[in-house]
Amino acid sequence: MTKRSTVVLGAFALSALLGSAQAKTLVYCSEGSPENFNPMLNTTGTSLQASAPIMEGLTHFMNGTTQVGPALAEKWDVSADGLTYMFHLRKGVKWHSNKGFKPTRDFNADDVVFSFDRQANKDAPYHKVNGGGYDYWADMNMSKLVKSVSKVDAYTVKIEMNAPQAPFVANLAMPFASIQSKEYADALLKAGKPELIDNEPIGTGPFEFVQYVKDATIRYKRFDQYHGGKAKLDTLVFSINKDAAVRLAKLRANECQISPFPPPADLEAIRTDKNLTLLSQPGLNVGYMAFNTLKKPFDDARVRKAVNMSIDKAAILKAVYLGAGQPAKNLIPPTMWSYNDKVEDFKYDPAAAKKLLAEAGLPDGFETDLWAMPVQRPYNPDAKRIGELMQADLAKVGIKAKIVSYEWGEYRKRASAGDHMMAQLGWSGDNGDPDNFFAVLASCAAAKSGSITKWCNKEYDDLITKAATISDVKERTKLYEQAQVVMHNDAPYLFIAHSVVFLPMRANVTGVKIQAVGSQNFFTADLK
Amino acid sequence: MLRYLLRRIMLIIPTFVGVTLLSFTLIHLVPGDPIEARVGERGIAPERLAQLRAEMGYDQPMWKQFLDYERQVVSGDLGLSTVTHQPVWHEFLSLFPATIELSVCAVSFAVLIGIPLGMIAALRRGTAFDFGLMGASVTGASMPIFWWGLMMILVFSVSLGWTPVSGRVSDMYFVEPWSGFMLLDCWWSDDEGACRSAASHLILPTIVLGTIPLANFARMTRSSMLEVLGEDYVRTARAKGLSDVRVNVVHALRNALIPVATVIGLSIGGLLGGAILTETIFAWPGVGHWIIESIQARDYPVLQGGTLLIAIIVIGVNLGVDVMYSVLNPRIRR
Repeated sequence: MTKRSTVVLGAFALSALLGSAQAKTLVYCSEGSPENFNPMLNTTGTSLQASAPIMEGLTHFMNGTTQVGPALAEKWDVSADGLTYMFHLRKGVKWHSNKGFKPTRDFNADDVVFSFDRQANKDAPYHKVNGGGYDYWADMNMSKLVKSVSKVDAYTVKIEMNAPQAPFVANLAMPFASIQSKEYADALLKAGKPELIDNEPIGTGPFEFVQYVKDATIRYKRFDQYHGGKAKLDTLVFSINKDAAVRLAKLRANECQISPFPPPADLEAIRTDKNLTLLSQPGLNVGYMAFNTLKKPFDDARVRKAVNMSIDKAAILKAVYLGAGQPAKNLIPPTMWSYNDKVEDFKYDPAAAKKLLAEAGLPDGFETDLWAMPVQRPYNPDAKRIGELMQADLAKVGIKAKIVSYEWGEYRKRASAGDHMMAQLGWSGDNGDPDNFFAVLASCAAAKSGSITKWCNKEYDDLITKAATISDVKERTKLYEQAQVVMHNDAPYLFIAHSVVFLPMRANVTGVKIQAVGSQNFFTADLK
Repeated sequence: MLRYLLRRIMLIIPTFVGVTLLSFTLIHLVPGDPIEARVGERGIAPERLAQLRAEMGYDQPMWKQFLDYERQVVSGDLGLSTVTHQPVWHEFLSLFPATIELSVCAVSFAVLIGIPLGMIAALRRGTAFDFGLMGASVTGASMPIFWWGLMMILVFSVSLGWTPVSGRVSDMYFVEPWSGFMLLDCWWSDDEGACRSAASHLILPTIVLGTIPLANFARMTRSSMLEVLGEDYVRTARAKGLSDVRVNVVHALRNALIPVATVIGLSIGGLLGGAILTETIFAWPGVGHWIIESIQARDYPVLQGGTLLIAIIVIGVNLGVDVMYSVLNPRIRR
């Protein structure tokens, strides 16, 4: 037995002797195993959550909000042209340690340069370690946006941009921009074990990594030298269980204290259980049905509007979302800044829809496919059921829709390729910036890859491109509001709903909030 | 004997090729690949998809991918998981002890309960006990494991609170995985609480995984026992005036157990199949759970490597059973 594990065991034994009030352990019922503990490499919420207690970036999303605040950078200045960012780093930030590594210095600019270089530079010694594949870095277009990252002095980092990008600071709050220790990386490289950097992580966060048993548990302990003060919990444990019913059973049996992603059918039972609390919050998401605007007859905006008018959204909300959602009329949810509430949703009016179809030269309706995802998603609890309800509504105006579904990976691939006529899908925001919806889902660039409407409208595209380059929020809001009007008038989507997100926990858990974006924050979590 | 053994071993080679070919073909027939499996709603640009495919070798023709894989396997390399980038070997070795621990407990449970029950049913042939037991064993043998496991959790863990819901040990205990066998590890770390917790975590999965073999062993023991009880040497033993216990246990049961032993050996393969479901329900971190996850992630190396390693074990066990049987019954060697 190693000295360290003896000490840890000793600590556990001692705390057991002193009574449970002394050692606070919170068990979080996690829904899966992480790929590793480096958020640069991963895109799944499960993996990002597993590294969240350990790692930090230059900025972060303040607990429970989409507001960006300082983390490892204390403050930052942006040049007038928006092309140069100066990040002033926090001093006295300590790195964690483990049995093979004891840091000799605090966090500094070298670590920041190292972490960005690892993702950006194909020749960096760590670029290919653990498979490389920096998906978020690529998805957020960082290689094109960022010209250089350089150290000015030990506590100042300069980032130069190729083009101004308003959401950049919010991008840096996303997990992929976490900072790793260069000193640890160098030591591992010397020892010939570079892969350990992502599997036995060293970070600056409020909890230190202790142990990971694949498919079973991840263990963390409080990092007493955390720059933000001490966390309230002594130990944090992720208990991994893929089955939602079993996770809920564990929560009921008090084997875990927080259990995310409850099955919608169990919400009522959770609400009535006096030992449990159910947090809820409007999600930062949208569930929609996209028209393939390249295919007839959906290349005609009148047809798209007619379909919008023929669907009874209220009935879908009631039957499928069980009331845990709000009808959507815009691409972004109402909790996000720049939401245009003046946009008036299409009214459910089959007669008007029929008239519009006749105007478009389709008085007898037409035949189409209607794709339904095979899986439950946060923004759409049951795509097949929604498809059936829509099918019935469409039949009333003479449109014969055939419900089509594929295996999930295949579904996304075919929809991206534009094989569909109408397809359901949705989106959950990454960073709280409207650009993360408007550009990803409807820009002309997206029409060539991810966006399944294949809609490219120059007026809209100019508005959102301009909005992304200016930093004044008021001005950006105006542009995005206009863009929403343009989008409404052209109706490339049928917006279904913004769903509500739930988090069940034991009644004695305090200090936990649902996170609007990103991972659960355990720093303020406590047990009464 | 040696020739028999050699002949059996020679037969293993085509089996291996068959297993790798089958697992390779089946997983490649499923739509998607490891790269597509991790793409979210955002989608992936076709150029990036092509670039990643080329980097991982998935752009090669299927036959070439298979030959490359075979070559790699022959040299003892099962590749890296496309999800975790850890060697498949390491992952298998770190998870397999959990599967063995559960399987050994389930077999022991099935043997210790199934054989005596089968024996009693044979001795009381035609009674209500016999009919009841045989009825129960038909039910047990056809029990859907997934449903059975969830029912056990609902009754014993949630409603009654007697047993833990899932996992190998309470999350409150920190047990350093020395051997990978939780009972040994907690005993080694001298933590009584952890040992008690580990044992209580074994109860439900053991019962769920052991139910089908238990039913089979009981039925097999009963029929084999009935056959033996009608043999001349049993009658002779009784005629000699031996006690019932001696006749039934020493003379009848010992001989009746020969076919049962074969069934036990052969059930190991089925047990590994059952372990896949049991491990999923109880979040038991073993190889079954691991393989299920690899299917969802289209983790080709894990799925192919894992299937191959399990096949090796099943073939090994079956070979052992055959050899043992041929020792017990020399007639089959011819």
